Parts: sequence; C-alpha cells; structure tokens
Amino acid sequence: MTPVETPRCDPATLHRRLRNVLPPHCLLVEDEDLRPYECDGLTAYREMPLAVCLPENEGQVVDVLRTCHQLGVPVVARGAGTGLSGGAMPHADGVVLSLARFNRILKVDRDSRTAVVQPGVRNLAVSEAAAPFGLYYAPDPSSQIACTLGGNVAENSGGVHCLKYGLTVHNVLRIRMVSIEGEIFEIGSGAPDSPGYDLLALCIGSEGLLGVVTEVTVKLVPKPELAQVVMASFDDVAQAGDAVAAIIAAGIIPAGLEMMDKPATAAVEPFVKAGYDLDAAAILLCESDGTPEEVAEEIARVRAVLTGCGARDIRVSQSEAERLRFWAGRKAAFPAVGRITPDYYCMDGTIPRKRLAEMLAAIATMETKYGLRCANVFHAGDGNLHPLIMYDMSLPGDWEKAEAFGAEILELSVALGGSITGEHGVGIEKIKQMCVQYTTPELETFHAVKATFDDKRLLNPEKAIPSLHRCAEYGRMHVHRGELKFPDLERF
Amino acid sequence: MTLDEIVAAIRAAHAGHTPLRLRGAGSKDFYGGLLAGEVLELAGHRGIVDYEPTELYVTAKCGTPLAEIEAALAEYGQMLAFEPPRFAGATLGGCVAAGLSGPRRMQAGAARDFVLGVKLVDGRGQVLSFGGQVMKNVAGYDVSRLIAGSLGTLGVIAEATLKVLPKPVAETTLEFVCAADEAVRRLNDWGGQPLPVSAAFWHEGRLWLRLSGAAAAVDAAARKLGGKTLADAGRIWEDIREQRHAAFAAAVLWRVALPSTAPALAVDGLQAIEWGGALRWYAGEIDAATIRAAASTTSGHATLYRAPESLRCRVDPFTPLPPALLALHRRLKKVFDPAGILNPGRLYAEF
Repeated sequence: MTPVETPRCDPATLHRRLRNVLPPHCLLVEDEDLRPYECDGLTAYREMPLAVCLPENEGQVVDVLRTCHQLGVPVVARGAGTGLSGGAMPHADGVVLSLARFNRILKVDRDSRTAVVQPGVRNLAVSEAAAPFGLYYAPDPSSQIACTLGGNVAENSGGVHCLKYGLTVHNVLRIRMVSIEGEIFEIGSGAPDSPGYDLLALCIGSEGLLGVVTEVTVKLVPKPELAQVVMASFDDVAQAGDAVAAIIAAGIIPAGLEMMDKPATAAVEPFVKAGYDLDAAAILLCESDGTPEEVAEEIARVRAVLTGCGARDIRVSQSEAERLRFWAGRKAAFPAVGRITPDYYCMDGTIPRKRLAEMLAAIATMETKYGLRCANVFHAGDGNLHPLIMYDMSLPGDWEKAEAFGAEILELSVALGGSITGEHGVGIEKIKQMCVQYTTPELETFHAVKATFDDKRLLNPEKAIPSLHRCAEYGRMHVHRGELKFPDLERF
Repeated sequence: MTLDEIVAAIRAAHAGHTPLRLRGAGSKDFYGGLLAGEVLELAGHRGIVDYEPTELYVTAKCGTPLAEIEAALAEYGQMLAFEPPRFAGATLGGCVAAGLSGPRRMQAGAARDFVLGVKLVDGRGQVLSFGGQVMKNVAGYDVSRLIAGSLGTLGVIAEATLKVLPKPVAETTLEFVCAADEAVRRLNDWGGQPLPVSAAFWHEGRLWLRLSGAAAAVDAAARKLGGKTLADAGRIWEDIREQRHAAFAAAVLWRVALPSTAPALAVDGLQAIEWGGALRWYAGEIDAATIRAAASTTSGHATLYRAPESLRCRVDPFTPLPPALLALHRRLKKVFDPAGILNPGRLYAEF
C-alpha cells in the first residue's frame, strides 16, 4: 500500500464551497485568523490550514464534511486544542473543523446518572453541572479545566483517578458521530451491551480518524463522601516502585497513585509550596476515597504497607485543603517544569510497573547522552510515565536532541512490554514509534479499519497510524516484548 | 493444540472457503445465531501464559478454562471482577468472544472493560496482537475491545489478557420485599449514592442487594439500608452467575438491556432484574417484534438469549441493526475475515 496522493484543492474553490454551507461568522480563511489554530498543545509541530470551520449545529457539520468529501479535502477535528501529541495539528491542504461552539450540556439526569453533552463542553464543566446531585464525571485529565469531551473521546483520555474509575472508554455510554460522507451514526446507548460489534470502543481513542463526534452521553458516578491522600517519601526510586507493587499486592486499588522523582518535586515545590520532601529521591501520593469508615480502614493499610517498604516519611492529608495542596503539586508539574526551562517535551509511555527502576535508570543515562535534563512524573498505579525532557527551542539542535531522547524512551517502553502512549495519543508526534510497536499486518489492519469508515482517508490523515511507506523510511524494527521481528519491508 | 496449528487450520479454511465454527468448551452453543460450519476445536490451546498479581493482569490461551484462571487468581486474593458465567467448563476464548458479564457488571464494568489485549488469528490466518498487558494503551485503534463480544466472527482469540482486581475484603447480602417497579426505583436511588453496592437481583417480589468492599463500609451501608441479612449468600450469587437460579429455567428466555431507570415494559413474563435495573429477563414465547419495539422505546434492546432451535431458526438472536450500522459491520467483517469463514451467521444472519 502506498500513500494516496490527493490533488490539492484550490483554496478559492474550497472557500467558495464552504461559504455555501456556513454563515460568514462560522468560517475563517484569513491568515491572521487561522494562526491560532496552527498547533495544539504540542507546539513544536505547526501547520497552517486552508480554512477553519466553526459550525454551530450538526447540520452544518454534515454539510462541511460532505463538501470536503466531494472536494477530497482533509478534515482535522478540533476541541480545545490542549492535546499533547499534535492530533489537532492542521493539514496544509485541509480544513480544521472546530467543535468549540458545541458547548452545551444538553441534559443531566440524576436518576439514571448520565449526562448528554456536546463535544465542545469542557471536562470539568460536566462534573460541575452534576455536582448539585452529588455526582461527577470520573475521568479527570490534568487539563480538565480546558479540555473538551470531544477531545477526551478522540484520545480516550485518562487522569489521576483512572486506575480505580477507568478511562474515557469506561465512562462513555453513547456517541453520535458524523462520517466523512455526512452520514450520522448513533453508537451505544443508555442501555448496556449494545448489539453487534463494540463500535464505541473502536471509536473512542480513534484520534478523529473515523468520524466527527457531535454528542456524547457519559456515565456519572456518586461523589465519594471523603477522600484523603497519603504522601510518602523514599530515599530510592526503586523502593518507591516496590511500594506501589506492595500496595496492589495488599489488595488495595487506590483512587489515585502517583509518583514524582526528585527533579520533579524540585521544580514544583517553589511554584506550588505543596510541602513535598525535597530530599527524597521520590515521593508517592496515594489517595483513598469512599465512606469515612472505608477511607480510615484503607489509609491504615496503606500506611502499614508503605512503612514496611521503607518510606522515610509518611503524611496523611488532614483536611480537604491539605489534600488539594498535595495534589496541586502533581497537577502543576507540567507548568512548574515549564518555569525552569524554556521548553519541555512531555512523553507518555506506559510500562509494566515492575520495570520502573530500569526505565528511570535508562532515562538517567539518556540525560547524559543527550545533555538534557529530565523530570519524571508517573501515574504509578497504571504504569503511565510522563518524562518531561527540558530543552531550549532557541538553541540550534536542542529540539532534535529532545526528539531523539523522547523516541528512545518510547522505544524502550515497547521493549519493556509497554506502549508508546498511555493517554496522550499518537497524533503526529509518535507516528514513527507506531512502526516499532506494531507489525506490518497489524498496521495494515488498522488502515483497513479506517477505510471502513473513511475510504478516501480524509479524516485527520497522516496521524495516529503510520503509512507503511513511512515505516520503511523510518527503518526501525518492530520490537515486541523484547523479541525482535523483522517487518516485511521488501514490498516498498 | 499450538498456535501454528490454529493458523494452519484457518489458512486452509480461508483457501477452501470452508465455513468454520469456533468452539471452546461449547458452553455457550445456545447463544447467538444457529451453529454452522466445520468445528474448529480450540479447547486444546490452553494454559496460563503470564500472571502478574501486582501488575493486575493475567494472560492465557483461549482454551484455558475460566475455572483454572480463577483458581490461580484466588491464590493471590484476586478475581475476574466482571464475574463471567463459567457454565460447564467455559473457556477464556469463549468468555471474551461472547462478552457476557455477571452480577458485578454495573459496579465493576463489562467483559470488554477488562480486556487489555488479544492475540488474534484473523480470517486469513494472520497472527495479530492488539492492546497489551498494560492498563493504559491508546496506540492504534482499540481492536481488542472490538473483538470482545464479536462471537468469533472476526478471528480466533488465540490469547487474551484481562485486567484482574483484588477480591473485596468483606461482602454481605441484604434482602428486601418489593414489587418490580419499586425494586427499579430503589436500585436507581441507591445507585446515585456512594454505597458499596456490587450486585442486585430481583425475582418474584424479593430483591437481593450485595454490598462489597472494606468491612467498615459494608457494615455502615448495611446499617443504613436495613433489610434482612441473607445467609449463604455466596452460593446464591454463584447460582445467579451460573444462571442455575430458577429465574433462568425457562425454555425461552429473553435478555433485555435497558437504561436502568426504564419503566416496566408492556410485556408479560418478567423473571428477574439485574444490574441496577439495566438488565431484565423475560420468559415465554414473546413476539420478537413486540418485545424489541417495547425495549427500543427507551433505547434498549432485546436478545433472544435461549430458545429451542425451532424458534431460533425464525428469530434473529440480536436486535437488528439500522442499515448504516449493518453496512459498517459488514465492512469490518470483511477486513478481518474476507472469505466470511468464521462463525458465519452467529452474530447476524447477514455475515
């Protein structure tokens, strides 16, 4: 299979056709208006689109998609643009379809504990709307103030509480989606176990490659009566990793289980004053939630496990304010690192937890190799590591070094039995490393699945799933849990 | 049976356009469309490949009996939290393929929620791995969850990795006397509160509610809710999970999935309510169009779960799909099984 060469649509024709289906205030075509859309949260990758469409209703979404389908113009859907993998980076010959104006919460149903929202609704706004009923929406990515449900569906977003409460895929019951041909699909429903294939699972996390979501029904869960955080410091990173395994082995699934290494706490503490132990090699944050009785029982068990694992200091939040302060440092880790370095590059690999010490040692070696510093924050409970590689875009060659550093971490994640991305998505950023994680027949299957929804490959092209051609150019071998397989490259 | 033998069998069937009927223990032969094709026995491809209690996953070959997996998990105080039915020797492959979940489904999640990865032999005999052994993995489409519940129509699930969870420390079951409507109302009311409810079952005027979790939480909830504590509840929940309970005894059994708050259907024969009100079982020869129309008024759907062959050959087991979704299903089927040899008609007669 070779990449499909779509002839570039003449911008004037495209603009004229879009004007036929959108009112003037819903279409941007001037450079200065397009500029804010040239990248998402991954600012190292930029591209200018031919137009930005800001539809206000589903009919307009259908019309825009039909128009682009007829003209063979690529479409990149966009929510708040907070994504960290360049998934919403525009296509140079394409249209950005912003769902920003789909910002209404259509229904919050207390009895069935569900909410129906438009895709441009912010994640946190759903929980705020549900709060009067004692309910909330569980997935809470760190960007939840800004990121939207449509983007969460596209990326299958996680958050610090997903070990216990699941990812987006576990909390979305139904989506309404428009195909590139303008056809409307209802996938899932308020009833469990929809008949047929689990298209909901297929579409959630599909990074805008299969359709454009216009409505989402989410599950709401009762807000726990109480939550408390245990903060433990360790002299050794491996010890902290062992403590994580010991907590799980004790039969405890904490509401959140996070780790930060010394460079991360050092960056965060002056910024947030969370009260972190700055002498510790690593700190663990372990949250327990539930009824007061449940929390007390669990905290006592967690404390015993941590003590047994050699924690040098253990503190338990004594108030809601203190709990939020402990978390504030973790949630502010990215901006805090952003204060001590001109630029940083955030990785998102997952590894089996038991390989953590190995991974951190390798990262330390890479810091020397590339001459760049790296701070590590870790969703320890589910093995999702966020190394923050610090670099300076203004120094020639620094970004290239950061990129190579990141690629090496991702490839090691795969070799250790993990994945190149736990929650940020592949986007444009990790497209090459997909060639390392998957074999040629697996990638071919992904392309064939894509074609069942979008055979002209117009939705978010060149993202998420690499062309086999690109993998051949990249020239890396597929690595599968330490075994090496040689991809079938002769065909290209 | 080795993976190579499975691959060889599929390749031969693909080349010869021979329809295959994939079979583990055959414990769910009654479920889905009528059986067709040459039997491909998969029970021989068995054994736990990898179990890491502290990583919360188990990987096993498709023919491994669930009982064997659960015995291994029990040694470390862990479980398959979606409580799949084990029936007579049910295997892991069949469990993932059927995608059925048991009493804990509304609290813990469905079978598909626990699937972390699969090794699939597709309809051409290609060995494909999707997902993995880590909790979070968003690289590529979530094909492993697509496979869950696909009834073997997209490939042989040669190996699957499931997330496992610790067994709750404490468990108790309460009994209440109430009519079906009242049971649905109470279940939804409780569902909106932070209570450790892990299962519910209503049958003939009695509602059983299982509480699971930390001992203190279970005790506190039991005090708050009242009701009568049920003795020997472990056995009762086993009977429900294995569908040995009298509520499942009818020769014709409909499984109706609804939003949990849906009012009673205008259909006779209600046998049981599970999953906080979202799963309701009906017995008797109910007209398929009638029960499906009733279910669809609240966006639900009705499955002819068990019936004699004379009925199964006339009625689609699953609610028919709207044309756009059916077309998409056919295209997906073609991706994974271009010759249409895998369990033809088991999910829908059209493919």
